[in-house]
Amino acid sequence: MSPTLLVTSSPHLRAQGSSQGIMLDVILALIPALGAATYFFGLTVLLPLTFAVLGALAGEYGMRVLVLGRDNRLADLSAIVTGLLLGMNLPPSIPLPLAFLGGAIATAFVKEVFGGLGMNFMNPAMGARVFLFLAWPSLMTSWGPTLDGVAGATPLAILKDGEAAGQALPDLFHLFIGDRAGSLGETSVLALLLGAGYLVLRKVIRLDVPLVYLATVGLITWTFGNKTALFAGNFPVHLLSGGLILAAFFMATDYATQPVSRVGKVIFAAGLGLVTAVIRLYTNYPEGVSFAVILLNCLVPLIDRYTVPKPFGAPKAAQRA
Amino acid sequence: MFRRNLFRGGAHLPHLKTTADHPTVVMPPPNKVIIPLLQHMGVICEPTVQEGDFVQVGQIIGDSHKAMAAPVHSSVSGTVTNVDFQLWAGGIQVLTVEIETDGLQTPLKTLVPPTITNKAEFLAAVRVSGLVGLGGAGFPAHVKLSPPPGAKIDTLIINAAECEPYITSDYREILENSSNLLGGIQLLMRQLGLSRCIIGIEDNKPAAIAELKKVCGRAKGVSVMPLPTRYPQGAEKMLIWATTRRSVPTGKFPSDVNVIVMNVTSVSFLAEFAKTGMPLVKKKVTVAGPCVAHPQNVEVRIGTPLKDVFAFAGGFSSQPRKVIMGGPMMGVAQHSLETAVVKHTNALLAFGSEDGELPEASACIRCGRCSDACPMSLLPLELHRAALRNNLEDLSKYGTMACMECGCCSFVCPSKIHLVQAIRLGKTQLRIAAARTLARAEGAAK
Repeated sequence: MSPTLLVTSSPHLRAQGSSQGIMLDVILALIPALGAATYFFGLTVLLPLTFAVLGALAGEYGMRVLVLGRDNRLADLSAIVTGLLLGMNLPPSIPLPLAFLGGAIATAFVKEVFGGLGMNFMNPAMGARVFLFLAWPSLMTSWGPTLDGVAGATPLAILKDGEAAGQALPDLFHLFIGDRAGSLGETSVLALLLGAGYLVLRKVIRLDVPLVYLATVGLITWTFGNKTALFAGNFPVHLLSGGLILAAFFMATDYATQPVSRVGKVIFAAGLGLVTAVIRLYTNYPEGVSFAVILLNCLVPLIDRYTVPKPFGAPKAAQRA
Repeated sequence: MFRRNLFRGGAHLPHLKTTADHPTVVMPPPNKVIIPLLQHMGVICEPTVQEGDFVQVGQIIGDSHKAMAAPVHSSVSGTVTNVDFQLWAGGIQVLTVEIETDGLQTPLKTLVPPTITNKAEFLAAVRVSGLVGLGGAGFPAHVKLSPPPGAKIDTLIINAAECEPYITSDYREILENSSNLLGGIQLLMRQLGLSRCIIGIEDNKPAAIAELKKVCGRAKGVSVMPLPTRYPQGAEKMLIWATTRRSVPTGKFPSDVNVIVMNVTSVSFLAEFAKTGMPLVKKKVTVAGPCVAHPQNVEVRIGTPLKDVFAFAGGFSSQPRKVIMGGPMMGVAQHSLETAVVKHTNALLAFGSEDGELPEASACIRCGRCSDACPMSLLPLELHRAALRNNLEDLSKYGTMACMECGCCSFVCPSKIHLVQAIRLGKTQLRIAAARTLARAEGAAK
C-alpha cells in the first residue's frame, strides 16, 4: 500500500548546470578568437585546429578506454576544449601530424594518465605545447608569411632583438585587432576579450587570476623592460603580444590546475606574471607564457598547502596543519 | 547596505513557497498517534506510561532526569496501545508510544498556567513545556536558555529567516500569531534580563516584515532587521553574524558571543504556554511538494502519522518517490509514511521521481564553486576527497567538524557530487577514530 520511498542524504535539491555545460561555454567563448584566426590567417588554420582536436579525442579515448579500461567520457567535452586550446597555441603553418600528436599527448599523457578530468596537475594544452616546442623548436616558431607577405617575426621577437636589426613593431591598434604574426589563436586581443567577457558573464571564470597575472606582467615589464632606464619598458606591447591574453583568460583560469582558495589563486597569478616577465626580459626566449603556466601548475599543490582558508569562527591565529 | 549584513558564500535557491498565502488549517486528531520519546537533540526519555494506560492531552508520557532532554507529552486523549522500538528516520531504532485516540481530546485536569515570578521558575516552566528548538534542530529550550554562568548575554535574536525552499510555517505563524510572538519576546527579555532583541528575517517576506514592524517593532528594545535573501541565512551562526557581526568560534555556542537565538514559532509557543499551561502537543507543518494535491499549512497533533497528514492535504496527486521531513536542503528523507510528525517538524515534502532522484555524479573539475558557496569557508572538494580515502589527517586539517551540512556545496556542484554525504562519512570516520583512541587510552590505564 505504502509507496516505496527513496532515502538519500540531504540536500535533495541541486542547481541547474553541469560540468559539460561549463565546457560548452568555454568552447563558445573561443569562437570569436577562432573567427579572428580564420580571418587573419585564412581558412587553412581550421586544419591544424581540427587535427589538434581529433588528436585530443583520440588520445583521451586511447589512454582512458583502450589502455586504462575506464569508461568513455568524451561527452564531457573537455577533450575538445583541450584540443582547441592547443590548436590556438600552434603556429598557422604547423605540420598537421604534429598538431594531431600534440592533441593526443595533451589528453593521453598530461590528463588521463593522472586520472582524467580534474586530476591533471598541469594544463594539458600547455604541457603538449611545451613538448612540441622542445621537440621541434624550429617548426614551432616559424610563423610563415603574414598578411602583407612579409616573413613574420612576432612582436615579442622584434621587441627582444629585432628593433636593433631595424624591424618595426606593429602599432598597438594592430596588436589589439590581431593582424600580426603569432600562434593562430593568440593574436586577436579583441576577440579573446569578447570570449573572456562571455565566460565572466556566465560565471565560468572570475577575473582575479587574469587581472593579477596581467597586472604583474605589466608592472615588471614597465619597470625593467628597458635596458637603459627604469620605468621605461614598453609594457603595452608586452600585454598585447604573445600568448599572454589567451593564457591569462583561458589557461590560467583552468580549474584543475590552479589553487583552490582565493588567496592561493592570487599568489598563483602573481607567480605566473613574474615568471612570464622574467623569461621575456632575461632569457633567450622571446615568450615565456607556456613555461610560466606549467611551472606554476607544478607549484599549485605547494600553494594550496599554505593557503587553506580559515573556517568561519576559527581562532584568529591562522589554522595551519 | 545589503552587503554589510551578508555572510560569506551561500547559495541562491528557488523559493518555491507555494503555501505562503494559505492560512493554516487545523487537522483533527488522527485515530492513532505514534510519539517517539526522542524528539530533541540529546538523551532519549524513559517512558512513564505503559500499554493499556489511559492518557489525556498534555500528560507526560516520557521524561528523563538528564539535562539534555525535554519531556514528551501526549497530544491526544486515549489509550496507550504499544510502547516499543520502531525504525525511525536516519535508520535508528527509537522507543515510541502509540496511543489510540478516543476523539474527546480531554485535557489533563491538572494543567494550569505556570507561576513565573523569577528566572528559576521560568526555566522550570520551559522544561515542563517540552519545548525544543522548533526551527529544525530540536535543541532543548531550557538548556539553551540556561547559558553557562560566565556568559553575559546581551541580545536575544529571533530567527524568522526561514531560508529553506517550500517552508512557510514560521511565516504563517508570524502573520497569524504575532501578538503571541510579541508576548513571548517580552517574557524572554524580562526573565533573562535582556534589553535588546533583534528579529532577523529574509527580505523576501514583505508581509511578515510589515506585521513584525507593526506588532513587535514598537516594543521597547525590539528591532526588526530584514536580511538579504540568501541560503542559509537562517543558520544560527550566519544569523548571529548578520544581525550582530559576531562570529561564533568553532565548536562553541551562541552564548559564547553573548547571544541567545530562538526560532519565532518557539517564542510564540512560550507565550501560549504561559497563558494556558498546555505543553507542546501540536505543530504547524508546511505540507508541499510537486506530489501533494493541495499544498497548505496544517496544524497537526504531534505524533500524527505522515500518511494521515498527506491524506488530510488531499492525498498525492502523483506517486511520490521521496518524502522529506524538513526542507529540501537539510530535511531528512523518510523511509516510510508510518513515521510521524515530531515537535520540530516544520515541513513535509513529497517529491516525484524527477525531483526526488539525485543526478549521477561525474568527475570533480575543481571549479571551486563548492568552496565559494561554503558559508563556513571550508573546502568541500578536499573534505570529499579525504573522506573517500578515510584520510583522517586531511579530514581534521581541513576542518571537517565545522561543517553544518547546509548543503550549499552539493547544491552548486556542476558535477553533482554528493559532497555533504561524503562529509558526513568523514565526520563519522573522525568520531570512530576519536572513540578508538579513547578506548585505547582507557585500556592502557587499566
